[in-house]
Amino acid sequence: MKILVCISHVPDTTSKINFTDNDSKFDTNGVQFVINPNDEFGLTRAMWFKEKQGASVDVINVGGTDTEPTLRKALAIGADAAIRINTEAKDGYQVAKELAKVAKDGSYDLVIAGRESIDYNGAMVPGMLATLLDANFVTNCIKLEIEGTKATASREIDGGKETVTTSLPLVVGGQKGLVNESDLRIPNMRGIMMARKKPLTVLEPTTTINETTSVKFEKPEPKGNVKLVDADNLDELVSLLHNEAKVI
Amino acid sequence: MTKQKNMSVLVYTESEKGKFKKTALEVASYAKAVANQLGTTVTAISVNANDTAELGKYGVDKILNVSDSSLEAFNAKSYAAVIVQAAKQVDAKAVIVSSSADSKYLAPILAVNLDAGYASNVVEVPSTTSPFTVKRTAFTNKAFNLTTINTPIKIVGVSNNSFGLVEANGNASTEDFSPVLPNTEVNIESIDKASDKVTIADAEIVVSAGRGMKGPENWGMIEELAEVLGAATACSKPVSDLGWRPHAEHVGQTGKPVASNLYIAIGISGAIQHLAGINASKVKVVVNTDPEAPFFKAADYGVVGDAFEVVPQLIEKLKAFKASNT
Repeated sequence: MKILVCISHVPDTTSKINFTDNDSKFDTNGVQFVINPNDEFGLTRAMWFKEKQGASVDVINVGGTDTEPTLRKALAIGADAAIRINTEAKDGYQVAKELAKVAKDGSYDLVIAGRESIDYNGAMVPGMLATLLDANFVTNCIKLEIEGTKATASREIDGGKETVTTSLPLVVGGQKGLVNESDLRIPNMRGIMMARKKPLTVLEPTTTINETTSVKFEKPEPKGNVKLVDADNLDELVSLLHNEAKVI
Repeated sequence: MTKQKNMSVLVYTESEKGKFKKTALEVASYAKAVANQLGTTVTAISVNANDTAELGKYGVDKILNVSDSSLEAFNAKSYAAVIVQAAKQVDAKAVIVSSSADSKYLAPILAVNLDAGYASNVVEVPSTTSPFTVKRTAFTNKAFNLTTINTPIKIVGVSNNSFGLVEANGNASTEDFSPVLPNTEVNIESIDKASDKVTIADAEIVVSAGRGMKGPENWGMIEELAEVLGAATACSKPVSDLGWRPHAEHVGQTGKPVASNLYIAIGISGAIQHLAGINASKVKVVVNTDPEAPFFKAADYGVVGDAFEVVPQLIEKLKAFKASNT
């Protein structure tokens, strides 16, 4: 089984979010970048398929040279090879088109992407990719088993979960649950050394289409201070929620 | 009513067991606002809905209703095919969907099949329709992003509870719609879902609890507080990791996003990953014994106190409030 794992290079959760160039660009100054958490669950599940079922695992990212350390980290975790498409990721459709070409040319059986990235939160790349590839598609995936060309997957739905059966080729939008958080791997020294020797192929982009354009960013209004209510005076809390916040 | 031959705004109105979800009425209200901007009408596409006339109250002019037992359970590919055919029938220039798990599943499929640009998590009506510019959340609610959609057809995913319900004095006509369904190779084996509970996605109020509850056996008061408020229950990540509550209740960056009107956090310290997932909620209340808990910086109202004392009292106060307000 050939697996392709899509890796978004995103600011760490604890990063300060600021913007530059008249609020048109994310300010990367002092920001630490990581593998998108939803992608990391998928990558870890892919490693399981590699170790238990002999799958090959490639990782891919659409982005500039600054994203290579994130791909190297995925190699250090255990992926076999990395591909970088050398262009700035501008919208979900553009990224999906670039990924679709590689997935098709490489005849991958299974493509795993995170259900959404924690920076743009578009939640569109996996579904677009599946549709472009005419592959089966399960998103919000919290469990994935594969036997031969048959797949059993669970997805989180509003208020519960659903279990489906489907077949390869398959695109999965992964998230926490695909593996346990305790199964996530921190690269060890041997992995880091080996990652340096693994292939990282750079491909030039093939599409220039942008269906959407990011115009600018805004930060939310700074929040006022919390109003503390005495634990012995909960009538006041009820009154505030009713009369001031108007939410009950 | 005269047949609209010109373009319309199409809205996908989700139903469950024949009844429209609250988010369906919200996206219908949003679609009406966009239709007003564009000077056109609203057509809704619904699947196996019973009381379709209800949508007229929220500005829908016409409903295309599909009655098909093979669509009883949601299937992204089939539902997307239904919406694509409806969009072509009414020459839709804008397609409005919600941010439910199902709508987020099908919207990217729609986008490719309609060659339409798609903006998700949109929180306001377009600031301009030419260019078509919407405001959406980004960086897990730590920022907003103004995005223009450049394609002839635009798809807008409306963030839950961001627009609210807007009533309009209208009447909606209903037509049967019989689209061609694709073969689908994703087959549902089982659905595991508490049918009698308000879901986090649909809830106006969410009551969420953390490790401060000390153990799963103490959740009775959380459930009771939620019941009094008509709220959904949720929990922090450690609680779902420990298996005290099902994973479906986990809210936060790696769990479910919450965009409720009121979010009440009991015994949750407020780790940044948790706050990222719930920040879109309008009003936040925290109850915690530790006045230094980071949640107090993110909350609108706070009570420093022991959940085991505060929650039962709060339940009584709310019961009294409800009794005097009905």
